[in-house]
Amino acid sequence: MKFLPTSDADRAEMLAAIGVPSVDALLSSIPDAVKRAPNLPRPLSEIEIRRWLSGISRRTVNAFESDFFLGAGLYHHYVSSLADQMLYRAEWLTSYTPYQPEVSQGTLQSIFEFQTHMCLLTGLDVANASLYEGASALVEALLMADRLVRGRKRAVLSAGIHPEYRETVRTYFGNLDLEVLEVPLGPDGATDRAALASAVDENTFAVALQSPNFFGVVEDWSVGSEAAHAKSAIAIAVVAEAISLALLKPPAEGGADIACGEAQSLGVPMHTGGPLCGFLACLTAHQRQIPGRLVGETHDAQGNRAFCLTLSTREQHIRREKATSNICTNQGLMALAANIHMSLLGKRGLREVALQSHAKAEYLKAAIARLPGYRIPYARQTFNEFLVEAPEPAAPLLARLAARGILAGVPLSRWDRSRPNAFLVAATEMNQKVEMDRLVAALGGRS
Amino acid sequence: MNPADLRYTRSHEWVRIDGDTGTIGITDHAQKELGEIVYLELPEVGHVYNAEDEFGTVESVKAVSELFVPVSGEVVAVNKQAVAEPGIVNDDPFGDGWLIKVKLSSDAEAGSLLSAEQYAAYLKEEEKHA
Amino acid sequence: MPVEVEDKAKAAPAADPKHPEPRQEPLVFERSGKGKVGYSLPPLDVPAVVAIPPELLRGEIAGETEISEVEVARHFTRLSRLNFSIDQNMYPLGSCTMKHNPRTNEEMARLPGFATGHPFAPESASQGTLELMWQLEQVLIELTGLSRVTLQPSAGAQGELAGILIVRAALAKSGNPRTTVLIPDSAHGTNPASAHFAGYKVKELKSNARGTLDLHVLEQAMTEDVAALMLTVPNTVGIFENEILEIARIVHAKGGLLYCDGANFNSFVGVAKPGLMGIDVMHMNLHKTFSTPHGGGGPGSGPVAVTERLAPFLPRPTVERRTDGTFFLDFDRPDSIGRLRTFLGNYGMFVRALSYIAAYGNRIGEVARGAVLNANYIRAGLADTYHLKYDAPSLHEVVFSDKYQTEQGLSNMDIAKRLMDYGFHPPTVSFPLIVHGALMIEPTETEGKASLDAFIHAMREIARECREDPDLLRGAPWTTPVKRVDEVAAARNLVLRWKPGY
Repeated sequence: MKFLPTSDADRAEMLAAIGVPSVDALLSSIPDAVKRAPNLPRPLSEIEIRRWLSGISRRTVNAFESDFFLGAGLYHHYVSSLADQMLYRAEWLTSYTPYQPEVSQGTLQSIFEFQTHMCLLTGLDVANASLYEGASALVEALLMADRLVRGRKRAVLSAGIHPEYRETVRTYFGNLDLEVLEVPLGPDGATDRAALASAVDENTFAVALQSPNFFGVVEDWSVGSEAAHAKSAIAIAVVAEAISLALLKPPAEGGADIACGEAQSLGVPMHTGGPLCGFLACLTAHQRQIPGRLVGETHDAQGNRAFCLTLSTREQHIRREKATSNICTNQGLMALAANIHMSLLGKRGLREVALQSHAKAEYLKAAIARLPGYRIPYARQTFNEFLVEAPEPAAPLLARLAARGILAGVPLSRWDRSRPNAFLVAATEMNQKVEMDRLVAALGGRS
Repeated sequence: MNPADLRYTRSHEWVRIDGDTGTIGITDHAQKELGEIVYLELPEVGHVYNAEDEFGTVESVKAVSELFVPVSGEVVAVNKQAVAEPGIVNDDPFGDGWLIKVKLSSDAEAGSLLSAEQYAAYLKEEEKHA
Repeated sequence: MPVEVEDKAKAAPAADPKHPEPRQEPLVFERSGKGKVGYSLPPLDVPAVVAIPPELLRGEIAGETEISEVEVARHFTRLSRLNFSIDQNMYPLGSCTMKHNPRTNEEMARLPGFATGHPFAPESASQGTLELMWQLEQVLIELTGLSRVTLQPSAGAQGELAGILIVRAALAKSGNPRTTVLIPDSAHGTNPASAHFAGYKVKELKSNARGTLDLHVLEQAMTEDVAALMLTVPNTVGIFENEILEIARIVHAKGGLLYCDGANFNSFVGVAKPGLMGIDVMHMNLHKTFSTPHGGGGPGSGPVAVTERLAPFLPRPTVERRTDGTFFLDFDRPDSIGRLRTFLGNYGMFVRALSYIAAYGNRIGEVARGAVLNANYIRAGLADTYHLKYDAPSLHEVVFSDKYQTEQGLSNMDIAKRLMDYGFHPPTVSFPLIVHGALMIEPTETEGKASLDAFIHAMREIARECREDPDLLRGAPWTTPVKRVDEVAAARNLVLRWKPGY
């Protein structure tokens, strides 16, 4: 067994040193009644594993070999080879949580840089070392707001927030004596300012808005922050397509107290939906209530700059049931990937990717809008994703196109059965004009 | 070690009574257990507490402890210097490291707290069980 | 703290000529320079429009990098060399199961169907996506002896939360979710934190002198208001609760459920089955038992296995197979606790774990056997040097304390820091709370005898240094890229990011 470095001779010596006749003797504290060998196939060699799993992999999507327009919270952006290959380095891949800072300065400094990138993009003061993904990041942001504004029970969420984020919030809140009130979108596809303001009262501890929202519509952060601050609630900005932060007004400028969501677009491959990279950033005034790990700058015994985990007293291993969160393992390696990617793209590259994604989506949106029978129901500006109303049910249409190598979009019926003809289309810097023209032709031909 | 003119709690706070004012802090034992203190969360002047209410927290790198008032009263002073430089609590827990002062709402309570000797004996008992 | 952005070549020569390599790496922002570029994009092949009103746009991202690929490659390579890693040497971190991370897992996770898959592709285009999950669920069912497994939770802690929410939903369906969860004082901090987030009060159970659960204490505490007992099996001092069947009986007799924290599954995977122990619900850590890499703090994955009775309450969706062999996602689960995250879970870790389990197959019991042998070999090698608080047999981890060394004024933290000079990552020192000054050592099965001997030798040397040269420990570590880090200063003066113009 190639992962076991113990020879038979070694084992015999070790058993002698321990003073037992066999390894089974060491397992005698486990009652026989619960012992059972597993009924599994024989061990497979690396060659056989590769054959088996490659076969399974071929029976699914390959975004690099299809015309790919899926989004809805998970986006196909290019991740440079350097960012990917750097993750193969043993010192990154096989290292542990940096609890012992003297032997983890690489990880700690990289997280410090990731925290900085997220602050620069959101305009806020402090960011944590990452959370699992966007939905749980929103939950953590809401719970943080609840701690900051004690004594209130309700969070007001725009219906423009990703449905799986809202569903996750309901799962968590159901057990915590907290309520959620959802405010619908207006006919233009953005959160209705008046409806939001009137939903917020003295019992509201947080108001959350997503931009671009689930339908790709660019919202105005100040709609949420003005409604929140009018009643001394916390304004939360939710971001699911994080490359938008390079082009759109940052949450801080829009008055957000907390920004949270999904940083996957900033250098993490889609991985069929995980592992991803949740993020959370906030104002300095609130930093003591931030969940998850934080890296701080300090010095060592010789006065050299060094980094370490800090404010750990908020976390589960110290605070236990009074912790700000139960999170332990986070998304360290993905935060590294995002750090490398953001560092490479930088000030100009991030903006260029955002501009290209937007421009491609605008081209595609206009072309689809011209197709007979197709509509773009929302008039308001979008970033790189938009809703389409087809003249027929979307799910079967999209399945037919998938068989031809075109992954044209995500049917809304997955979440909302009342709109069977609607589907979401996303575009990024990865989409070529020829692919988009092919998609339009396929939709137009209704084949 | 533990000044004789103070009264003590089993949660390692002390109180010094001067007339109707009580000065409150944590003991030398507490600061040793916590290690170097990095942060204090203390109430604002005007807060009213009953004896044994939680009035704040004290944090070191590896631990957080709640703070409990030994006696009932209204907060009339908070040690801002200690908040700015929490290390003072480690250096001088019974003096400059005081945390809050309260105007007592009752004369009787201090009597039911531990004396310096009783507190020392309590610490010895605790050590045995550790 | 301002940092000079000097060219390293102009800096003073290193103080110690035996370590000429620079140990300080500037921040990536400090290497930035106007006009430098680290990326390439195709020219835009559609009109360059910005159809968003200017008041919703931002200006430039002040402070963001302008840097070449070369500098980025060097920066992250240099940073990586400041880290210890398992590929370098043993990480005997108790309850973390720092085993070797097979590289074939990385290749498999990068197969394009997995790496570029999207969970919202049509079902017909997602058969491979779903089959992989179904296959992993089947092997985890076999290894646990339970009935169904959800792969959704993003990490162990989230698995714990899912498990307790399942308990709550099941009891609520029967009319009373109850109010309290029992947790031994030896438990990992995520246990009470998770119970709290599930809306339960926590009652802590004191461990007995043996380090295990006191059945009498349990019996007293187990009322009809207790929803569950959360038990780590074996417990956090590496001792198997050999009265597990009786424990399950006591809990079940009052209508409660038995939750198993599977962080220590490495000690009996392939040897014993939790389903036979009376366990109703159990989370596993793919990044512990099943070799997915720790990556400097994640990602992890925390699947949860349940009995048939609890299956209806699993997070939504589940993966199902039709009689014609095709797979689908089942959202029609009215009793489900809902979802705990977007999409399907940390999919990339599913691929790695399945690849790993396939490599062992029916020989996976050798993992547990190797883990237990190694831990006991260390125990035998150090039992006369370090204090062993609990005498009971250890399984895959052994917990010593610093009791003998505190007599010389030193602590487990000093031992940990000195161990780094010997090239080892320290064991877990801050946990479990029931052992003051704990040294929690878990070698895992992927350490060979030579590595274990080196570790035992280092620990014995350090014990000798405690007696003969304690300053060597007090000032440790001496040979690491940075010396002992001032964590107090970090907390007193919070600097959590770099700022432009800093």
